[in-house]
Amino acid sequence: MAPRFFGVRGMLEGIRSFFKELAETHPKWNFIYIYDPVQTERVLDGLWMTIQLSVFCVILSVIIGVVGAWLQGSPHRWVRAIVQGYIQFFRNTPPLIQLLFFYFALGQFTPTITAADGWTVEPIISNVGWAIISLSFFAGAFNVEIFRAGIEAVPVSTQEASESLGMSRLQTYIYIVLPLAFRVSLPALNNNLVNLVKTTTQAIVIAVPELLYQLVSMYNDYSTAQNACMVLMFVVYITLVGILVLGMNRWERAMRIPGYGT
Amino acid sequence: MAANGWTPDQPIVSIRDVHKSFGELEVLKGVSLDVMKGEVICIIGPSGSGKSTLIRCVNALNDIQAGSITVEGQEVHDPNLNKLELRKKVGMVFQQYNLFPHKTAIENVMMAPVLVLKEPKADVETRARALIKKVRLEGKEDSYPGELSGGQQQRVAIARSLAMQPDVMLFDEVTAALDPETVKEVLVTIKELAQDGMTCILVTHEMGFAREVADHIYFTDRGVIVEHGPPATFFKEAKDPRTKEFLSQIL
Repeated sequence: MAPRFFGVRGMLEGIRSFFKELAETHPKWNFIYIYDPVQTERVLDGLWMTIQLSVFCVILSVIIGVVGAWLQGSPHRWVRAIVQGYIQFFRNTPPLIQLLFFYFALGQFTPTITAADGWTVEPIISNVGWAIISLSFFAGAFNVEIFRAGIEAVPVSTQEASESLGMSRLQTYIYIVLPLAFRVSLPALNNNLVNLVKTTTQAIVIAVPELLYQLVSMYNDYSTAQNACMVLMFVVYITLVGILVLGMNRWERAMRIPGYGT
Repeated sequence: MAANGWTPDQPIVSIRDVHKSFGELEVLKGVSLDVMKGEVICIIGPSGSGKSTLIRCVNALNDIQAGSITVEGQEVHDPNLNKLELRKKVGMVFQQYNLFPHKTAIENVMMAPVLVLKEPKADVETRARALIKKVRLEGKEDSYPGELSGGQQQRVAIARSLAMQPDVMLFDEVTAALDPETVKEVLVTIKELAQDGMTCILVTHEMGFAREVADHIYFTDRGVIVEHGPPATFFKEAKDPRTKEFLSQIL
């Protein structure tokens, strides 16, 4: 029957009907999200949420890492103590518990706003908001340590040279220490960001509709789709993390300094 | 005349009875010396005698416990001192060059004037190119430090310091990490600088060079200045047994 299908549209229809037939002949392999537009929509929504979570958390956690590492070098002991306390808290507790704690414990105390309908009351920070905050702080704690290791690899004498040229501590940090520390930190940062992208799946516990949430609901609705959903999860995460790693490696290469550290 | 009453006929750098300790270890035990504008002085002495520490105190990279150091009449270790003002006046070149490895030669030279002095980039670039030419590194403007030899890196470091247009230059064993064949190119650069009238304080092990360029030589040992004098007399008529012993070992 294949000759009936022409062009992209035809090809897509061919694929759909192939998987529809497969689901009928092999009930354990119901790739429902391929032929049922409603389920396709669910996958795409989940994927988009996962990507958004990942991108926001990666950016925020890197900012937290940079700022935290800067504060760790502060001359004030209490500033360093706060940063250290933050790292210990977020590094030594499971991210799953952090998510629950942020959403259910802290979420109670945040202000609420009245929704557009005039009478439902919503917290000012949604579950997605809490997931971004919580996961960013989680990965950020590791990033602080990663950047600190990079900063410690920058020779004190290089900083003294900068200082003796009249540069302030902040200028030295931004223009000298950070660019050099960043290069040293990239491989470790790479690992941590990979972990972060994978950890976004844990946002399922506060009902963030990311990919895992959507696929679990899907195979709860259609138990025959379970295997197909599992396959998709692996494929998506391998692809997402692959893209991240590829990007990070390219960045690492682009930042390589001729004649330095090779 | 400067705001603090300093005039160029007074010492540009004046070190008075400086004491400096690292924890229990007293490295400088009352050192005094004066440097006049345009003078070149060399500080020599065995390792650990405190010579590097002394010049690091001059631009406040190290603090001191007692005594006084003034640059153009300004007390360096005044807690209210604006370090930026000091560092505009005093340039420093280090043993390990300490170039910024992620910046090209010309970027290394331009960085501080642009960021610290807030000078227009175009003006700084003109000056930086002239300085790179002065240290004989034309064509190496866009090379990264890792692509340059030790001697070339050290000359970039000198140009980088000069770009801030300091009144005094400090050289901390700047040839100690170099191959013998590149030592000369760096020394030539410093000699030209001295001939241009730059006030230079050098810590060095190059006795021949010290004899040639210095107006005055100071010999330090165990935290004190043992003996000093103009090179002609210093090398021939050293009186102190410690100086004699040191000179006999290296000359």
